[in-house]
Amino acid sequence: MSGAPTTRARIRVTGTVQGVGFRPFVYRHAVALGLAGYVLNDSAGVLIEVEGPADRVAELTRLLVDDPPPLARVGGVEAERLHPSGLTRGFRIVESHDTGSADAPVSIDTTTCADCLAEVDNPADRRHGYAFTNCTNCGPRYTIVLGVPYDRPSTTMAGFTMCLRCQAEYDDPADRRFHAQPNACPECGPQLSWRDVGIDGDAIAVAGAAALEAACDAILAGAIVAMKGIGGYHLVADATNESAVAELRRRKARDDKPFAVMVGSVEGARELCDFDRAAIDAISSIRRPIVLVPRRPDGGLAVGVAPGLPELGLMLPYSPVHHLLLKRAARPLVMTSGNLSDEPIAHDDGDASERLGPLVDGLLQHNRPIHIRCDDSVVRATGGRLQVLRRSRGYAPETLKLPYRVARPLLAVGAELKSTISVARNNWVVASHHIGDLEHLATYRSFLQAVEHLPRLYGVVPELVAHDMHPEYLSSKWAAQLDLPTIAVQHHHAHVAACLVEHGRTAPVLGIAYDGLGFGPDGSLWGGEFLIADFHSSRRAGHLRAVRMPGGVASIREPWRMGAAWSAVATGRDETASRLKGSGGNEVAVEVVVDLADHPTSPITTSAGRLFDAIAALLGGRQRVSYEAQAAIELEALARTVERGDAPRYSEHAVITRTGDTYVLDPSPLIAALLADLDSGVQPRLLAAGFHEAFGRATADLAMMVADECGLDTVALTGGVFQNARFTDVVEDALRAEGLNVLVHSAIPPNDGGVSIGQAAIAAAHDRG
Amino acid sequence: MTTLGEREAAVLDRIEAYRRRRPRLTDDIVTLAHGAGGKASAALVDAVFVEAFTGGDRSPLADAATLTLPTGERLAFTTDSFVVQPRRFPGGSIGHLAVHGTVNDLAVSGATPLWLSVAFVIEEGFPIDELREIAGDMAEAAAMAGVRLVTGDTKVVGRGAADGLYITTAGIGSISAECNLGPEHVRAGDVVLLSGNMADHGMAVMLARGDLKLDADIRSDTASLGQLIASLLEAAPSTRWMRDPTRGGVATVCNELARDTNLAVVLDESRLPIAPAVVGACDLLGIDPLYVANEGKVVAVVAPDEADAALAAMRSNPLGTNATRIGEIMAEPEAIVVLLTSFGGTRIVDMLVGDPLPRIC
Repeated sequence: MSGAPTTRARIRVTGTVQGVGFRPFVYRHAVALGLAGYVLNDSAGVLIEVEGPADRVAELTRLLVDDPPPLARVGGVEAERLHPSGLTRGFRIVESHDTGSADAPVSIDTTTCADCLAEVDNPADRRHGYAFTNCTNCGPRYTIVLGVPYDRPSTTMAGFTMCLRCQAEYDDPADRRFHAQPNACPECGPQLSWRDVGIDGDAIAVAGAAALEAACDAILAGAIVAMKGIGGYHLVADATNESAVAELRRRKARDDKPFAVMVGSVEGARELCDFDRAAIDAISSIRRPIVLVPRRPDGGLAVGVAPGLPELGLMLPYSPVHHLLLKRAARPLVMTSGNLSDEPIAHDDGDASERLGPLVDGLLQHNRPIHIRCDDSVVRATGGRLQVLRRSRGYAPETLKLPYRVARPLLAVGAELKSTISVARNNWVVASHHIGDLEHLATYRSFLQAVEHLPRLYGVVPELVAHDMHPEYLSSKWAAQLDLPTIAVQHHHAHVAACLVEHGRTAPVLGIAYDGLGFGPDGSLWGGEFLIADFHSSRRAGHLRAVRMPGGVASIREPWRMGAAWSAVATGRDETASRLKGSGGNEVAVEVVVDLADHPTSPITTSAGRLFDAIAALLGGRQRVSYEAQAAIELEALARTVERGDAPRYSEHAVITRTGDTYVLDPSPLIAALLADLDSGVQPRLLAAGFHEAFGRATADLAMMVADECGLDTVALTGGVFQNARFTDVVEDALRAEGLNVLVHSAIPPNDGGVSIGQAAIAAAHDRG
Repeated sequence: MTTLGEREAAVLDRIEAYRRRRPRLTDDIVTLAHGAGGKASAALVDAVFVEAFTGGDRSPLADAATLTLPTGERLAFTTDSFVVQPRRFPGGSIGHLAVHGTVNDLAVSGATPLWLSVAFVIEEGFPIDELREIAGDMAEAAAMAGVRLVTGDTKVVGRGAADGLYITTAGIGSISAECNLGPEHVRAGDVVLLSGNMADHGMAVMLARGDLKLDADIRSDTASLGQLIASLLEAAPSTRWMRDPTRGGVATVCNELARDTNLAVVLDESRLPIAPAVVGACDLLGIDPLYVANEGKVVAVVAPDEADAALAAMRSNPLGTNATRIGEIMAEPEAIVVLLTSFGGTRIVDMLVGDPLPRIC
């Protein structure tokens, strides 16, 4: 018996604390500590009142902060002292009928927890081999939620009535499955089914465990299988079977883009790739993203999995069905998104049968509907850096903190490619899952669904809509049709703001926004920008030299055109024409493109991404790309074959000039020097490394001039180009050596997936005045 | 106190009500985008001219106005201005365009073109010989189209006040009693026809400017569609809607169709007729042929049971030998043009705000 004086406290817990087993957690500890009182969910989160010895009340408070349930994200714990009531017996969970508009009503989808896995593996357990086992500590959430409040009728589990045993678990505050909305067992829950759609057309259908076995056997025999998971369908093939992988590429119409691979364990992953501590943490986190890691030379997968790339995208199983499949297959499996190239992944069963049916030999499906399509998230782990490149399953819809309060609730509709949307209210912003490239009809429909669903889920009735300044983005056009106040946010300002949100910074920084393209207020296409920015404003203090994009959008698909444009600037028109013809270019095409490089119909750009494309093409790399940034990714890979210290130096070759109050970085002398060395026989890989060093240092030089002049001490590196880890290393090291703080992206993607977050933050800042 | 649900429903209703609102004019000055034929053009016309002339009634915005005489007879009336550089290009000249453009606007309204007026704005210093040639082209085009040039006007402006020569024509045609065209007649299941190869005119003019070393055999398709359309209407009397895909190309007229019908226009990429030389030139120049101007083509929406007859009628005309069924009207997605791509995808073909500008990052 504690000798401490009796106290009574009202404890308010905020954050993602509903639907994550928080009340049973409080219940168990309160009972164990012998405290009286109650716990309930309300619109602000979780509310607790406890009475008992002061030291034990303090201990409960400590547990809330230090050791919350695994899926909870505690935003705040505030205790208020009350007069003891004299009631010292009994602790209960009070049912709340509050429909609420909690600030974080839905948690993320997470991997199956150890307790559930143990049950799945235990032949004596009633959930042995059951593919839909979950509890309050794990399982699907965002992908199955239809609306709020988060309870079973408003999830896609509504159609499954719990059996007596599941109901008993669900009702028992001491049980791990107390109010676990997706709770299920083989008696009452969802079931797997397998449909063999072999060439003879005779579909064979089986259900349950036999379905999984049949699918696995088909995969091991070289078949391609569509498999329904948590956020959508995967196309699955044996990653060690060269012909199966080649066939998958053919059917999916995917030329070169690497396939993700699922491995059964961390040990299995380490056989394929070199993992450092950060990479291991990333791949084994409950979010279970695809992690891009340097592959081992002796890794031994089919060459076609990631042709010519030094990294592999690996992930671990994240639902019982994955665990069961990988265990039985006992080898790595390709798990690529269930779609044709560029289309969104299938998540609806009818749609999957229609779109994927013709591509596969069989479908492993289940009857728990997926409400929100959610792609696998992608994290890059290179040289100790962790960076989320695609923030989707396992991350969305986690709220991010804004450094101030939002005046009017708002919606931000993002960019055009890698689209996400965000909503903001109070002091937070929440970004949607990865929606994709809006030009595709199915993706655009997904966007329309998201702009309706996400605000509803988060109780946001938008009074302000933020969109990109680009007039042709489908998201901008959608926003323009609304009868709501809108705010057009410049693309690169949004990139910088996303980085500031990640770091919780409100003071101005120098943002270096290097990316493919974004619409500039002058009507040209920006992408190599030095912006003095905070959430309120942004001033262009410098930029990359402008060149034309010969043939507009064609120069994005064909990096050799950007090579022609930059080469023409660096070495002249005629030398460029003879160089390109000499390296095998079509004569007519070369003449036309070289002229287009100086022709008013070709748009003007300051894009750094296009410069990387140009260098890749000029050094003999990719002339045409089959996926976004392919040439630049391969250029980085080439550069990484050279240690930084071994790269040739081109220190004086990027020229910085100043016009008015704007600096211009002109890399054309650098390009001329690289081409001269190429002609004299220097290896392209050395030149690739030399370019990264020289352009990186020139970038840092310009940044330091601006920082110095404007008294800024912090630089934010943002935009898709900063997915390039080697380039980021060069810029960051050079800036730090001069004593500047450097902000880089880790949790929010530096690419256009982060734009909606930046838009929301900027719109909120403007709205406050 | 209103509940969250009610507030939300109100907002969603508002969003839905304004989704199809016309583009807003937010600019202070006229830019080239306002002349590109896309959303910016529509916004300018709506906010300035429709507002001033009709108080918001958009019915005059068809290719031609339909006027009913006291006798009950109906006339079509239209006008158009012509500005092109160079003034002469493979396949025609500004003179041909000035006649064909107006004649075709009348024809796609279901009218038989009869009379034209013509007005010239000529820059000081313009060669008389060239003017003679252009007048000859106009006479030739009018004779071929079976129309008469019945009145006109000439103005000369100082050097620099005009880019050589501007021509404005207006035209009148008569509409037969049984002709009944309009977006309100279009139904899901109807068939979309295009009378021949896309993008010839725009690419011919672009190459004729001579600043690109691209020598391709591409000729403007400028021609009068009067006869082709007459035989089309004879073969397919239930024809719903027609437009000539000039500035802004097939993509833009299909978007207008989708918007005015609130239906989906679904185009099949593999069926879009286009000459190999034009494909090559478009690829090299990075131009999407769907948005390139035509001057002798018609996009027609016909009833499904008359589609074969309509196609046969078009193909029997020398201007329609490559006529093709390019797509279909569907109920959904509403007011959107989609392209079924060659490798199984479905891409949205939107109306552009201004000139094509890359969106990809």
